[in-house]
Amino acid sequence: MSTQVPEQVEDESSAESVSPGKQKRDAKKRERAERLQEQREAEAAEKARTADDTYHLKVFRYDPEVEGKQEPRFDDFYVPYKQGMTVLDALMWARDHYDSSLTFRHSCRQAICGSDALFVNGSQRLGCKTQLSDLSEPVRVEPLPHADVVKDLVVDMEHFYDQMEAVEPYFQTNSLPAEDEEQRQTRENREKVKMSTRCIWCSACMSSCNIAAGDNEYLGPAAINKAYRFAMDEREGEDMKQRRLEILEQEHGVWRCQTQFSCTEVCPKDIPLTEHIQELKREAIKNNLKFW
Amino acid sequence: MSQSYNRGLIEDFGRWREFSAGMWAWIFHKFTGWVLVGYLFTHIAVLSTALSGAAPYTNTIQALESLLVVRILEVGLLAVAVFHILNGLRLLFVDLGVGLEAQDKSFYASLILTGVIVVASVPTFLAGVSI
Repeated sequence: MSTQVPEQVEDESSAESVSPGKQKRDAKKRERAERLQEQREAEAAEKARTADDTYHLKVFRYDPEVEGKQEPRFDDFYVPYKQGMTVLDALMWARDHYDSSLTFRHSCRQAICGSDALFVNGSQRLGCKTQLSDLSEPVRVEPLPHADVVKDLVVDMEHFYDQMEAVEPYFQTNSLPAEDEEQRQTRENREKVKMSTRCIWCSACMSSCNIAAGDNEYLGPAAINKAYRFAMDEREGEDMKQRRLEILEQEHGVWRCQTQFSCTEVCPKDIPLTEHIQELKREAIKNNLKFW
Repeated sequence: MSQSYNRGLIEDFGRWREFSAGMWAWIFHKFTGWVLVGYLFTHIAVLSTALSGAAPYTNTIQALESLLVVRILEVGLLAVAVFHILNGLRLLFVDLGVGLEAQDKSFYASLILTGVIVVASVPTFLAGVSI
């Protein structure tokens, strides 16, 4: 179960100063203690395996820096189930009790930070938002597909962040209000962009997208959704919308979407990503087609 | 993205059991599209061999129709065309932003409708056309 590197032989230098008799006795004692410990561990593992209130996790392991882990493999963890336990809880339990080298990202544990998007039982989900009771056993936990694995469940997010930044994901406008005024948004307009503001940058959509997997330059659902959030914001003004559409209607922009709905299906915040992409496609057409 | 090692079935078609409705719709649409393109070229090529008059044309058609395998392939062609048309309509609605929350249901509906039409057409096709 444990994937740690084989333990180093204990340092014997401290034992040299004591008498040979005591040394022997100590060695025997240590041996006995070790055997007992081993037995206890085996018993605990056996109990965990046979108990019916445990969950069987199969977790992807890979570490290019450790010799025994360079070849990717799956480790089995049997985690005692508590009501309301999520995949993240189970991973943390496994890390704390079985293998402290098990690596994964997590932070807030309430689906806001977007750190723990994982590939659980064949679909991209947030570990903290996925109840173990909703999954069939064994629960297969893998790092997000279509990204380089750094270690265990951690993937390299750099490309995703680059794409997010490419659409200028911040508010810009040329029409600032008067000095003592607020930049107000109508309720209707806020309602329009409401869902798109919920993105937590978890990269689940990008990982699920078949097109993004094949075309590295494709902006991806999350970035387009981010662009939607600002392009549809009326406070940004017409010329800024024009600028945003110019970014989006490039070859690797909105037109790469082939409406597989994979992103919409995996989005942990239920953002209608495909709908937003389609709306931006229509905006782009309206922008370029003028009959008058 | 470059892969530093092989992650097995994670990245490829081996996970087809986990594909969702929208994904299947996309795959079938691509597949049927290519079949139709292939058919179109064969269609033109075969019929261009019989352009010398009315009689050779009729002979070619009758010779083709007399083959059971051609009649079975015609059922397949109908299935492919009907699905492509129905899913094309579905995609039209998706492009217009209409009923995106029901996209999976409309995919299943187009599958079922394709099945019904194809099954209903089997007797006609297998009996052959009497010209």
